[in-house]
Amino acid sequence: MPRRDKVLVANGQGFWGDSILGPVRLVREGPLHYLTLDYLAEVTMSIMQKLKSRDPAAGYATDFVRMVERVLPEAKAKGVRIIANAGGVNPQACREALAQVVKKLGVGGVRIAVVEGDDILADLPGLLAGGEALRNMDDGRELAEVLGRVSSANVYIGARPIVEALAQDADIVVTGRATDPSLVVAPLMHEFGWSFDDHDKLAAATVAGHIVECGAQCTGGNYVSWRDVPDMARIGYPVVEAAADGSFVVTKHEGTGGLVNVETVSSQLVYEMGDPRRYLTPDCVADFSSIRLEQEGPDRVRVSGIRGAAPTPTYKVSISYHDGYKAVGQLTIAGPDAVAKARLCAEIVFARAAMDGAVFAEEERLVELVGTNVCHAGIAAAPAEPAEVVLRIGAKGPDRKKIDRLGMEIVPLVTSGPPGVTGFAGGRPKATDIVSYWPALIAKEKVTTRVSVEEVK
Amino acid sequence: MARVKLFDLAYARSGDKGDGSNVGIIAYRPEGYEFLRRELTAERVKEHFREICLGAVDRYEAPNLLALNFILHDSLGGGGSESLKTDAQGKTHGLGLLMMEIEVPDDLPLGRA
Repeated sequence: MPRRDKVLVANGQGFWGDSILGPVRLVREGPLHYLTLDYLAEVTMSIMQKLKSRDPAAGYATDFVRMVERVLPEAKAKGVRIIANAGGVNPQACREALAQVVKKLGVGGVRIAVVEGDDILADLPGLLAGGEALRNMDDGRELAEVLGRVSSANVYIGARPIVEALAQDADIVVTGRATDPSLVVAPLMHEFGWSFDDHDKLAAATVAGHIVECGAQCTGGNYVSWRDVPDMARIGYPVVEAAADGSFVVTKHEGTGGLVNVETVSSQLVYEMGDPRRYLTPDCVADFSSIRLEQEGPDRVRVSGIRGAAPTPTYKVSISYHDGYKAVGQLTIAGPDAVAKARLCAEIVFARAAMDGAVFAEEERLVELVGTNVCHAGIAAAPAEPAEVVLRIGAKGPDRKKIDRLGMEIVPLVTSGPPGVTGFAGGRPKATDIVSYWPALIAKEKVTTRVSVEEVK
Repeated sequence: MARVKLFDLAYARSGDKGDGSNVGIIAYRPEGYEFLRRELTAERVKEHFREICLGAVDRYEAPNLLALNFILHDSLGGGGSESLKTDAQGKTHGLGLLMMEIEVPDDLPLGRA
Protein backbone atom coordinates (compact mmCIF):
# COMPACT_ATOMS: atom_id res chain seq x y z
CA MET A 1 0.00 0.00 0.00
CA PRO A 2 1.37 3.42 -0.89
CA ARG A 3 2.00 5.61 2.14
CA ARG A 4 0.50 8.65 0.40
CA ASP A 5 -1.61 9.29 -2.72
CA LYS A 6 0.71 12.03 -3.87
CA VAL A 7 4.35 12.45 -3.03
CA LEU A 8 6.00 15.87 -3.21
CA VAL A 9 9.67 15.81 -4.17
CA ALA A 10 11.63 19.00 -4.78
CA ASN A 11 15.13 19.75 -5.97
CA GLY A 12 16.78 22.69 -4.28
CA GLN A 13 20.26 22.62 -5.76
CA GLY A 14 21.27 22.18 -9.38
CA PHE A 15 25.03 22.12 -8.81
CA TRP A 16 27.66 23.02 -6.20
CA GLY A 17 27.43 26.80 -6.12
CA ASP A 18 23.70 27.13 -6.70
CA SER A 19 21.82 29.61 -4.46
CA ILE A 20 21.14 28.50 -0.88
CA LEU A 21 17.80 30.34 -1.14
CA GLY A 22 16.46 27.51 -3.33
CA PRO A 23 16.36 24.81 -0.64
CA VAL A 24 15.75 27.19 2.26
CA ARG A 25 12.62 28.58 0.60
CA LEU A 26 11.42 25.13 -0.53
CA VAL A 27 11.28 24.02 3.10
CA ARG A 28 9.75 27.30 4.28
CA GLU A 29 7.27 28.30 1.57
CA GLY A 30 5.08 25.30 0.82
CA PRO A 31 4.19 21.65 1.35
CA LEU A 32 6.97 19.12 0.77
CA HIS A 33 7.87 15.53 1.59
CA TYR A 34 11.37 15.15 0.16
CA LEU A 35 14.06 17.72 -0.55
CA THR A 36 16.73 16.48 -2.94
CA LEU A 37 19.97 18.32 -3.68
CA ASP A 38 22.52 17.73 -6.40
CA TYR A 39 26.00 19.03 -5.60
CA LEU A 40 28.21 17.10 -7.97
CA ALA A 41 29.52 17.76 -11.46
CA GLU A 42 32.18 15.85 -13.35
CA VAL A 43 35.11 17.91 -12.11
CA THR A 44 33.77 18.35 -8.57
CA MET A 45 34.97 14.94 -7.36
CA SER A 46 38.55 15.72 -8.31
CA ILE A 47 38.46 19.04 -6.44
CA MET A 48 37.09 17.20 -3.43
CA GLN A 49 39.84 14.55 -3.57
CA LYS A 50 42.39 17.35 -3.55
CA LEU A 51 40.77 18.98 -0.52
CA LYS A 52 40.66 15.61 1.25
CA SER A 53 44.35 14.94 0.57
CA ARG A 54 45.18 18.15 2.45
CA ASP A 55 42.62 17.64 5.24
CA PRO A 56 41.18 14.19 6.06
CA ALA A 57 38.00 15.87 7.34
CA ALA A 58 37.34 17.65 4.00
CA GLY A 59 36.15 16.45 0.60
CA TYR A 60 32.37 16.93 0.74
CA ALA A 61 30.00 19.81 -0.12
CA THR A 62 30.29 22.11 2.87
CA ASP A 63 27.45 24.23 1.43
CA PHE A 64 25.12 21.34 2.23
CA VAL A 65 25.96 21.40 5.94
CA ARG A 66 25.36 25.16 6.08
CA MET A 67 22.05 24.67 4.29
CA VAL A 68 20.96 21.90 6.70
CA GLU A 69 21.82 24.16 9.62
CA ARG A 70 19.35 26.72 8.27
CA VAL A 71 16.46 24.38 7.48
CA LEU A 72 16.72 21.45 9.89
CA PRO A 73 14.37 22.56 12.67
CA GLU A 74 11.61 23.40 10.18
CA ALA A 75 12.28 20.34 8.02
CA LYS A 76 12.09 18.11 11.08
CA ALA A 77 8.84 19.74 12.25
CA LYS A 78 7.25 19.34 8.80
CA GLY A 79 8.62 15.84 8.25
CA VAL A 80 10.64 16.82 5.18
CA ARG A 81 13.33 14.21 4.48
CA ILE A 82 16.54 15.32 2.79
CA ILE A 83 18.50 13.38 0.14
CA ALA A 84 21.75 14.81 -1.21
CA ASN A 85 24.82 13.60 -3.07
CA ALA A 86 26.74 16.09 -0.93
CA GLY A 87 29.07 13.44 0.50
CA GLY A 88 31.50 13.87 -2.37
CA VAL A 89 34.56 11.73 -1.71
CA ASN A 90 34.14 11.83 2.07
CA PRO A 91 30.53 11.08 3.04
CA GLN A 92 31.54 10.00 6.57
CA ALA A 93 33.10 13.41 7.22
CA CYS A 94 29.92 15.01 5.90
CA ARG A 95 27.89 12.86 8.31
CA GLU A 96 30.14 13.92 11.18
CA ALA A 97 29.67 17.61 10.31
CA LEU A 98 25.89 17.09 10.10
CA ALA A 99 25.92 15.36 13.51
CA GLN A 100 27.64 18.42 14.98
CA VAL A 101 24.93 20.63 13.49
CA VAL A 102 22.15 18.44 14.87
CA LYS A 103 23.70 18.59 18.35
CA LYS A 104 24.30 22.33 18.14
CA LEU A 105 20.70 23.01 17.10
CA GLY A 106 19.40 20.64 19.78
CA VAL A 107 16.77 19.19 17.43
CA GLY A 108 17.51 15.63 18.54
CA GLY A 109 16.51 12.27 17.12
CA VAL A 110 17.75 12.86 13.57
CA ARG A 111 18.61 9.70 11.65
CA ILE A 112 21.46 10.25 9.21
CA ALA A 113 22.23 7.66 6.54
CA VAL A 114 25.45 7.43 4.59
CA VAL A 115 25.65 5.67 1.23
CA GLU A 116 29.16 4.62 0.21
CA GLY A 117 30.86 2.38 -2.28
CA ASP A 118 30.96 4.68 -5.29
CA ASP A 119 34.56 5.77 -4.67
CA ILE A 120 36.78 3.21 -6.43
CA LEU A 121 39.97 5.30 -6.60
CA ALA A 122 41.88 2.93 -4.31
CA ASP A 123 40.57 -0.14 -6.19
CA LEU A 124 41.76 0.95 -9.65
CA PRO A 125 45.08 -0.96 -9.72
CA GLY A 126 43.28 -4.13 -8.59
CA LEU A 127 40.48 -3.66 -11.12
CA LEU A 128 42.97 -3.16 -13.96
CA ALA A 129 44.98 -6.20 -12.82
CA GLY A 130 41.73 -8.16 -12.73
CA GLY A 131 41.05 -7.45 -16.39
CA GLU A 132 38.81 -4.35 -16.30
CA ALA A 133 40.25 -2.02 -18.97
CA LEU A 134 38.09 0.97 -17.96
CA ARG A 135 38.45 2.23 -21.51
CA ASN A 136 37.65 5.85 -22.24
CA MET A 137 34.14 5.81 -23.71
CA ASP A 138 34.98 8.72 -26.02
CA ASP A 139 38.19 7.47 -27.61
CA GLY A 140 38.73 3.85 -26.51
CA ARG A 141 42.05 4.36 -24.71
CA GLU A 142 42.84 2.06 -21.77
CA LEU A 143 42.99 3.66 -18.33
CA ALA A 144 46.43 2.15 -17.66
CA GLU A 145 47.78 4.91 -19.94
CA VAL A 146 46.97 7.66 -17.41
CA LEU A 147 46.67 5.67 -14.17
CA GLY A 148 49.51 7.54 -12.46
CA ARG A 149 47.73 10.84 -13.04
CA VAL A 150 44.23 9.80 -11.92
CA SER A 151 42.86 12.03 -9.17
CA SER A 152 39.36 10.60 -8.63
CA ALA A 153 37.24 7.65 -9.74
CA ASN A 154 33.58 7.40 -8.81
CA VAL A 155 30.82 5.09 -9.94
CA TYR A 156 27.49 6.70 -10.78
CA ILE A 157 25.38 4.63 -8.40
CA GLY A 158 21.61 4.35 -8.54
CA ALA A 159 18.54 4.50 -6.33
CA ARG A 160 18.90 1.09 -4.63
CA PRO A 161 21.06 2.03 -1.61
CA ILE A 162 19.07 5.25 -1.11
CA VAL A 163 15.85 3.21 -0.99
CA GLU A 164 17.51 1.01 1.64
CA ALA A 165 18.42 4.09 3.67
CA LEU A 166 14.85 5.43 3.50
CA ALA A 167 13.51 2.00 4.56
CA GLN A 168 15.67 2.37 7.66
CA ASP A 169 13.85 5.64 8.46
CA ALA A 170 16.67 7.99 7.57
CA ASP A 171 15.77 11.67 7.89
CA ILE A 172 18.85 12.73 5.93
CA VAL A 173 20.55 10.59 3.29
CA VAL A 174 24.07 11.58 2.26
CA THR A 175 25.60 9.85 -0.74
CA GLY A 176 28.76 10.05 -2.78
CA ARG A 177 28.37 10.04 -6.57
CA ALA A 178 24.71 9.05 -6.76
CA THR A 179 23.26 9.73 -10.22
CA ASP A 180 21.24 12.95 -10.17
CA PRO A 181 17.83 11.52 -11.21
CA SER A 182 18.24 8.60 -8.75
CA LEU A 183 17.88 11.11 -5.91
CA VAL A 184 14.25 11.47 -7.06
CA VAL A 185 13.72 7.84 -8.13
CA ALA A 186 14.55 6.54 -4.64
CA PRO A 187 11.89 8.35 -2.58
CA LEU A 188 9.18 7.47 -5.14
CA MET A 189 10.19 3.78 -5.04
CA HIS A 190 10.16 3.92 -1.27
CA GLU A 191 6.78 5.62 -1.02
CA PHE A 192 4.96 3.64 -3.70
CA GLY A 193 6.65 0.29 -3.11
CA TRP A 194 7.77 0.01 -6.74
CA SER A 195 10.17 -2.80 -7.57
CA PHE A 196 13.25 -2.65 -9.76
CA ASP A 197 11.24 -4.53 -12.41
CA ASP A 198 8.72 -1.68 -12.74
CA HIS A 199 10.73 -0.24 -15.61
CA ASP A 200 8.04 2.17 -16.82
CA LYS A 201 7.61 3.66 -13.36
CA LEU A 202 11.33 3.90 -12.77
CA ALA A 203 11.67 5.59 -16.16
CA ALA A 204 8.91 8.04 -15.20
CA ALA A 205 10.67 8.87 -11.94
CA THR A 206 13.94 9.19 -13.85
CA VAL A 207 12.33 11.73 -16.20
CA ALA A 208 11.00 13.60 -13.16
CA GLY A 209 14.50 13.60 -11.72
CA HIS A 210 15.98 14.81 -15.00
CA ILE A 211 13.47 17.67 -15.21
CA VAL A 212 14.26 18.97 -11.72
CA GLU A 213 17.97 18.14 -11.47
CA CYS A 214 19.10 21.60 -12.57
CA GLY A 215 16.86 23.38 -10.08
CA ALA A 216 15.26 26.52 -11.45
CA GLN A 217 16.14 25.66 -15.06
CA CYS A 218 12.67 24.09 -15.38
CA THR A 219 10.81 26.89 -13.59
CA GLY A 220 11.73 29.81 -15.83
CA GLY A 221 15.51 30.02 -15.50
CA ASN A 222 17.57 30.11 -18.72
CA TYR A 223 14.33 30.27 -20.72
CA VAL A 224 14.30 31.81 -24.21
CA SER A 225 11.10 33.82 -23.52
CA TRP A 226 12.65 35.35 -20.41
CA ARG A 227 10.43 38.44 -20.56
CA ASP A 228 7.44 36.20 -19.77
CA VAL A 229 8.93 35.06 -16.45
CA PRO A 230 7.46 36.94 -13.49
CA ASP A 231 9.51 37.85 -10.41
CA MET A 232 12.72 36.03 -11.41
CA ALA A 233 14.48 37.20 -8.24
CA ARG A 234 12.09 35.08 -6.19
CA ILE A 235 12.08 32.18 -8.64
CA GLY A 236 10.52 29.05 -7.16
CA TYR A 237 12.51 25.82 -7.32
CA PRO A 238 10.73 22.82 -8.82
CA VAL A 239 8.41 20.46 -6.99
CA VAL A 240 7.29 17.14 -8.48
CA GLU A 241 3.86 15.94 -7.42
CA ALA A 242 4.05 12.22 -8.14
CA ALA A 243 1.33 9.57 -8.23
CA ALA A 244 1.62 5.81 -7.75
CA ASP A 245 0.90 5.10 -11.45
CA GLY A 246 4.10 6.90 -12.47
CA SER A 247 2.46 10.07 -13.74
CA PHE A 248 3.47 13.34 -12.17
CA VAL A 249 2.99 17.10 -12.25
CA VAL A 250 5.89 19.55 -12.35
CA THR A 251 5.04 22.64 -10.35
CA LYS A 252 6.44 25.13 -7.82
CA HIS A 253 5.18 26.54 -4.57
CA GLU A 254 2.32 29.03 -4.69
CA GLY A 255 3.37 32.65 -4.47
CA THR A 256 6.92 32.07 -5.70
CA GLY A 257 8.32 33.73 -8.81
CA GLY A 258 9.16 31.95 -12.04
CA LEU A 259 7.06 30.03 -14.53
CA VAL A 260 6.22 26.39 -15.17
CA ASN A 261 4.78 25.68 -18.61
CA VAL A 262 5.19 23.12 -21.38
CA GLU A 263 8.01 25.21 -22.83
CA THR A 264 10.04 25.56 -19.62
CA VAL A 265 9.69 21.81 -18.99
CA SER A 266 10.46 20.83 -22.61
CA SER A 267 13.55 23.06 -22.54
CA GLN A 268 14.89 21.14 -19.58
CA LEU A 269 13.96 17.76 -21.07
CA VAL A 270 16.29 18.36 -24.02
CA TYR A 271 19.10 19.70 -21.81
CA GLU A 272 22.22 17.50 -21.84
CA MET A 273 20.28 14.93 -23.83
CA GLY A 274 21.84 12.42 -26.19
CA ASP A 275 19.66 9.82 -27.95
CA PRO A 276 16.14 10.58 -26.65
CA ARG A 277 15.12 6.92 -26.92
CA ARG A 278 17.91 5.70 -24.69
CA TYR A 279 18.48 7.83 -21.61
CA LEU A 280 20.66 5.55 -19.49
CA THR A 281 20.82 5.54 -15.71
CA PRO A 282 21.82 2.79 -13.26
CA ASP A 283 18.09 2.27 -12.55
CA CYS A 284 16.61 1.90 -16.04
CA VAL A 285 16.67 2.99 -19.67
CA ALA A 286 14.14 5.82 -20.09
CA ASP A 287 12.52 6.51 -23.47
CA PHE A 288 12.09 10.28 -23.77
CA SER A 289 10.20 9.80 -27.04
CA SER A 290 7.28 8.42 -24.99
CA ILE A 291 6.83 11.51 -22.80
CA ARG A 292 3.48 13.35 -22.96
CA LEU A 293 3.26 16.90 -21.62
CA GLU A 294 0.10 18.83 -20.89
CA GLN A 295 -0.55 22.20 -19.24
CA GLU A 296 -2.94 21.25 -16.47
CA GLY A 297 -3.24 24.66 -14.85
CA PRO A 298 -1.15 27.74 -14.09
CA ASP A 299 2.40 26.63 -13.26
CA ARG A 300 1.38 22.97 -13.49
CA VAL A 301 2.57 20.62 -16.25
CA ARG A 302 1.35 17.03 -16.24
CA VAL A 303 3.87 14.45 -17.47
CA SER A 304 2.68 10.96 -18.41
CA GLY A 305 2.95 8.01 -20.78
CA ILE A 306 6.60 7.28 -20.06
CA ARG A 307 8.03 3.94 -21.05
CA GLY A 308 11.22 2.36 -19.84
CA ALA A 309 13.32 -0.77 -20.08
CA ALA A 310 15.70 -2.73 -17.90
CA PRO A 311 18.98 -1.01 -17.07
CA THR A 312 22.25 -2.00 -18.71
CA PRO A 313 24.58 -4.42 -16.85
CA THR A 314 27.18 -1.72 -16.35
CA TYR A 315 27.65 1.40 -14.25
CA LYS A 316 29.20 4.52 -15.69
CA VAL A 317 32.39 5.57 -13.93
CA SER A 318 33.52 9.17 -13.72
CA ILE A 319 37.31 9.29 -13.60
CA SER A 320 39.38 12.47 -13.56
CA TYR A 321 43.07 12.80 -14.26
CA HIS A 322 45.68 15.51 -14.29
CA ASP A 323 46.22 16.76 -17.84
CA GLY A 324 48.50 19.80 -17.70
CA TYR A 325 48.11 23.43 -16.67
CA LYS A 326 46.33 26.56 -17.79
CA ALA A 327 45.99 30.23 -16.96
CA VAL A 328 43.75 32.99 -18.27
CA GLY A 329 43.99 36.69 -17.48
CA GLN A 330 41.95 39.64 -18.64
CA LEU A 331 42.21 43.34 -19.32
CA THR A 332 39.71 45.90 -20.50
CA ILE A 333 40.69 47.94 -23.56
CA ALA A 334 38.82 51.21 -23.98
CA GLY A 335 38.22 52.86 -27.36
CA PRO A 336 38.87 54.46 -29.69
CA ASP A 337 40.25 51.57 -31.75
CA ALA A 338 39.57 49.07 -28.97
CA VAL A 339 39.75 46.02 -31.26
CA ALA A 340 43.01 46.95 -32.98
CA LYS A 341 44.63 47.80 -29.64
CA ALA A 342 43.42 44.55 -28.04
CA ARG A 343 44.90 42.51 -30.90
CA LEU A 344 48.19 44.33 -30.50
CA CYS A 345 48.14 43.64 -26.74
CA ALA A 346 47.71 39.92 -27.38
CA GLU A 347 50.62 39.87 -29.84
CA ILE A 348 52.83 41.70 -27.36
CA VAL A 349 52.09 39.29 -24.50
CA PHE A 350 53.00 36.19 -26.52
CA ALA A 351 56.06 37.92 -28.05
CA ARG A 352 57.42 39.01 -24.67
CA ALA A 353 56.84 35.58 -23.13
CA ALA A 354 58.65 34.04 -26.11
CA MET A 355 61.65 36.33 -25.52
CA ASP A 356 62.05 34.50 -22.22
CA GLY A 357 61.60 31.06 -23.76
CA ALA A 358 57.87 30.62 -23.11
CA VAL A 359 56.71 29.75 -26.62
CA PHE A 360 53.20 28.45 -27.25
CA ALA A 361 51.75 26.63 -30.24
CA GLU A 362 48.65 28.13 -31.81
CA GLU A 363 46.35 25.47 -30.32
CA GLU A 364 47.71 26.15 -26.82
CA ARG A 365 46.82 29.85 -26.98
CA LEU A 366 43.67 31.73 -26.14
CA VAL A 367 42.91 35.21 -27.40
CA GLU A 368 39.31 36.32 -26.98
CA LEU A 369 37.97 39.82 -27.48
CA VAL A 370 34.80 39.77 -25.43
CA GLY A 371 32.42 42.26 -27.02
CA THR A 372 33.23 41.17 -30.57
CA ASN A 373 30.97 38.13 -30.54
CA VAL A 374 33.07 35.35 -29.00
CA CYS A 375 30.00 33.27 -28.07
CA HIS A 376 28.41 33.32 -31.51
CA ALA A 377 31.47 33.54 -33.75
CA GLY A 378 30.54 33.13 -37.40
CA ILE A 379 26.84 33.34 -36.61
CA ALA A 380 26.08 36.96 -35.74
CA ALA A 381 27.97 39.91 -37.15
CA ALA A 382 30.36 41.50 -34.67
CA PRO A 383 29.98 45.24 -34.09
CA ALA A 384 32.34 47.11 -36.44
CA GLU A 385 33.79 49.28 -33.69
CA PRO A 386 32.76 48.35 -30.13
CA ALA A 387 33.23 51.13 -27.57
CA GLU A 388 35.44 48.81 -25.51
CA VAL A 389 36.42 45.15 -25.35
CA VAL A 390 37.54 42.74 -22.66
CA LEU A 391 40.69 40.96 -23.72
CA ARG A 392 40.98 37.44 -22.37
CA ILE A 393 44.39 35.98 -22.94
CA GLY A 394 45.75 32.67 -21.78
CA ALA A 395 47.44 29.39 -22.56
CA LYS A 396 47.46 25.73 -21.67
CA GLY A 397 50.14 23.06 -21.83
CA PRO A 398 52.24 20.56 -19.91
CA ASP A 399 54.81 23.06 -18.55
CA ARG A 400 53.65 24.92 -15.46
CA LYS A 401 56.57 27.39 -15.48
CA LYS A 402 55.86 28.45 -19.05
CA ILE A 403 52.23 29.16 -18.23
CA ASP A 404 53.20 31.19 -15.16
CA ARG A 405 55.73 33.12 -17.26
CA LEU A 406 53.03 34.10 -19.75
CA GLY A 407 50.75 35.17 -16.89
CA MET A 408 53.40 37.69 -15.77
CA GLU A 409 53.28 39.56 -19.09
CA ILE A 410 49.61 40.55 -19.02
CA VAL A 411 49.49 43.32 -16.40
CA PRO A 412 52.64 45.14 -17.68
CA LEU A 413 50.65 46.15 -20.77
CA VAL A 414 48.99 48.87 -18.70
CA THR A 415 52.16 50.96 -18.88
CA SER A 416 54.03 49.39 -21.79
CA GLY A 417 51.27 48.85 -24.35
CA PRO A 418 48.79 51.00 -26.26
CA PRO A 419 46.71 53.59 -24.34
CA GLY A 420 43.42 52.82 -22.64
CA VAL A 421 44.38 49.48 -21.06
CA THR A 422 42.74 48.98 -17.67
CA GLY A 423 40.69 46.60 -15.57
CA PHE A 424 43.57 44.43 -14.35
CA ALA A 425 41.65 43.23 -11.29
CA GLY A 426 42.77 39.93 -9.87
CA GLY A 427 46.47 40.48 -10.52
CA ARG A 428 48.71 37.98 -12.25
CA PRO A 429 46.99 34.78 -13.36
CA LYS A 430 48.79 31.69 -12.03
CA ALA A 431 48.84 28.27 -13.63
CA THR A 432 46.11 25.96 -12.35
CA ASP A 433 45.63 22.25 -12.92
CA ILE A 434 43.71 20.99 -15.90
CA VAL A 435 41.66 18.04 -14.74
CA SER A 436 40.31 16.01 -17.61
CA TYR A 437 37.34 13.72 -17.55
CA TRP A 438 37.57 10.02 -18.37
CA PRO A 439 34.18 8.34 -18.71
CA ALA A 440 34.24 4.53 -18.52
CA LEU A 441 31.99 1.56 -17.82
CA ILE A 442 32.29 -1.10 -15.14
CA ALA A 443 30.34 -4.32 -14.61
CA LYS A 444 27.77 -3.79 -11.86
CA GLU A 445 28.87 -6.87 -9.90
CA LYS A 446 32.29 -5.30 -9.37
CA VAL A 447 30.77 -2.52 -7.27
CA THR A 448 29.38 -2.92 -3.75
CA THR A 449 27.44 -0.12 -2.11
CA ARG A 450 27.06 0.18 1.66
CA VAL A 451 24.41 1.91 3.75
CA SER A 452 24.86 2.89 7.38
CA VAL A 453 22.25 4.72 9.45
CA GLU A 454 22.90 6.37 12.78
CA GLU A 455 20.57 8.36 15.01
CA VAL A 456 22.01 11.58 16.39
CA LYS A 457 20.39 12.41 19.73
CA MET B 1 8.97 32.42 -49.44
CA ALA B 2 9.86 34.58 -46.45
CA ARG B 3 13.19 34.86 -44.64
CA VAL B 4 12.87 34.41 -40.86
CA LYS B 5 15.04 33.50 -37.92
CA LEU B 6 14.53 30.18 -36.15
CA PHE B 7 13.46 32.30 -33.15
CA ASP B 8 10.14 32.70 -35.01
CA LEU B 9 9.61 28.94 -35.16
CA ALA B 10 11.20 27.48 -32.08
CA TYR B 11 12.93 27.80 -28.73
CA ALA B 12 16.05 26.00 -27.52
CA ARG B 13 18.43 25.08 -24.72
CA SER B 14 22.03 23.92 -24.82
CA GLY B 15 24.66 22.53 -22.48
CA ASP B 16 27.87 20.53 -22.44
CA LYS B 17 28.38 16.88 -23.24
CA GLY B 18 32.05 16.03 -22.85
CA ASP B 19 34.01 18.14 -25.33
CA GLY B 20 30.85 18.75 -27.34
CA SER B 21 27.62 20.56 -26.72
CA ASN B 22 24.03 19.43 -26.98
CA VAL B 23 21.55 21.82 -28.56
CA GLY B 24 17.90 20.92 -28.20
CA ILE B 25 15.54 22.93 -30.40
CA ILE B 26 11.77 22.72 -29.92
CA ALA B 27 9.17 23.94 -32.38
CA TYR B 28 6.23 26.04 -31.19
CA ARG B 29 3.85 24.22 -33.57
CA PRO B 30 3.61 20.80 -35.26
CA GLU B 31 3.86 22.48 -38.71
CA GLY B 32 7.06 24.16 -37.60
CA TYR B 33 8.42 20.85 -36.33
CA GLU B 34 7.73 19.15 -39.69
CA PHE B 35 9.49 22.03 -41.45
CA LEU B 36 12.53 21.83 -39.13
CA ARG B 37 12.65 18.04 -39.40
CA ARG B 38 12.90 18.44 -43.17
CA GLU B 39 15.16 21.48 -43.43
CA LEU B 40 17.33 21.61 -40.32
CA THR B 41 19.77 18.88 -41.25
CA ALA B 42 22.93 18.03 -39.35
CA GLU B 43 24.92 19.43 -42.30
CA ARG B 44 23.11 22.75 -42.11
CA VAL B 45 23.74 23.02 -38.37
CA LYS B 46 27.40 22.14 -38.85
CA GLU B 47 27.74 24.92 -41.47
CA HIS B 48 25.99 27.38 -39.13
CA PHE B 49 28.44 26.60 -36.30
CA ARG B 50 31.49 26.23 -38.58
CA GLU B 51 33.62 28.59 -36.47
CA ILE B 52 32.58 26.93 -33.20
CA CYS B 53 32.04 23.23 -33.91
CA LEU B 54 35.20 21.54 -35.18
CA GLY B 55 33.81 18.00 -35.16
CA ALA B 56 30.79 16.18 -36.55
CA VAL B 57 27.16 16.99 -35.80
CA ASP B 58 24.71 14.23 -34.80
CA ARG B 59 20.95 14.73 -34.97
CA TYR B 60 18.15 12.98 -33.06
CA GLU B 61 14.38 13.39 -33.36
CA ALA B 62 11.82 13.52 -30.56
CA PRO B 63 8.51 14.23 -32.36
CA ASN B 64 6.47 13.89 -29.16
CA LEU B 65 8.27 16.98 -27.83
CA LEU B 66 8.41 18.66 -31.28
CA ALA B 67 12.14 18.58 -30.64
CA LEU B 68 15.34 17.95 -32.55
CA ASN B 69 18.50 17.32 -30.58
CA PHE B 70 21.92 18.08 -32.00
CA ILE B 71 25.26 16.98 -30.60
CA LEU B 72 28.05 19.34 -31.73
CA HIS B 73 31.27 17.38 -31.26
CA ASP B 74 34.48 19.24 -30.45
CA SER B 75 32.86 22.62 -29.93
CA LEU B 76 34.08 23.65 -26.47
CA GLY B 77 37.83 24.06 -26.85
CA GLY B 78 38.50 20.80 -25.01
CA GLY B 79 35.58 20.94 -22.61
CA GLY B 80 35.49 20.52 -18.86
CA SER B 81 38.40 22.16 -17.07
CA GLU B 82 40.67 22.07 -20.14
CA SER B 83 38.81 24.74 -22.08
CA LEU B 84 40.00 28.34 -21.96
CA LYS B 85 36.95 29.66 -23.80
CA THR B 86 34.37 31.97 -22.26
CA ASP B 87 31.56 29.61 -23.17
CA ALA B 88 33.31 26.39 -22.16
CA GLN B 89 29.97 24.67 -21.58
CA GLY B 90 28.09 25.63 -24.73
CA LYS B 91 25.46 27.47 -22.70
CA THR B 92 24.97 30.01 -25.52
CA HIS B 93 24.80 27.56 -28.44
CA GLY B 94 21.01 27.28 -28.18
CA LEU B 95 20.55 31.00 -28.80
CA GLY B 96 23.18 30.74 -31.54
CA LEU B 97 21.10 28.15 -33.39
CA LEU B 98 17.95 30.24 -33.02
CA MET B 99 19.75 33.11 -34.79
CA MET B 100 19.92 31.03 -37.99
CA GLU B 101 18.10 32.66 -40.90
CA ILE B 102 16.03 30.37 -43.06
CA GLU B 103 13.59 30.61 -45.98
CA VAL B 104 10.10 29.43 -45.04
CA PRO B 105 6.95 29.02 -47.16
CA ASP B 106 4.65 32.04 -46.83
CA ASP B 107 1.88 29.90 -45.33
CA LEU B 108 4.00 28.39 -42.55
CA PRO B 109 2.51 29.61 -39.26
CA LEU B 110 5.04 31.35 -37.03
CA GLY B 111 5.17 31.95 -33.27
CA ARG B 112 3.10 30.14 -30.68
CA ALA B 113 -0.14 28.36 -31.54
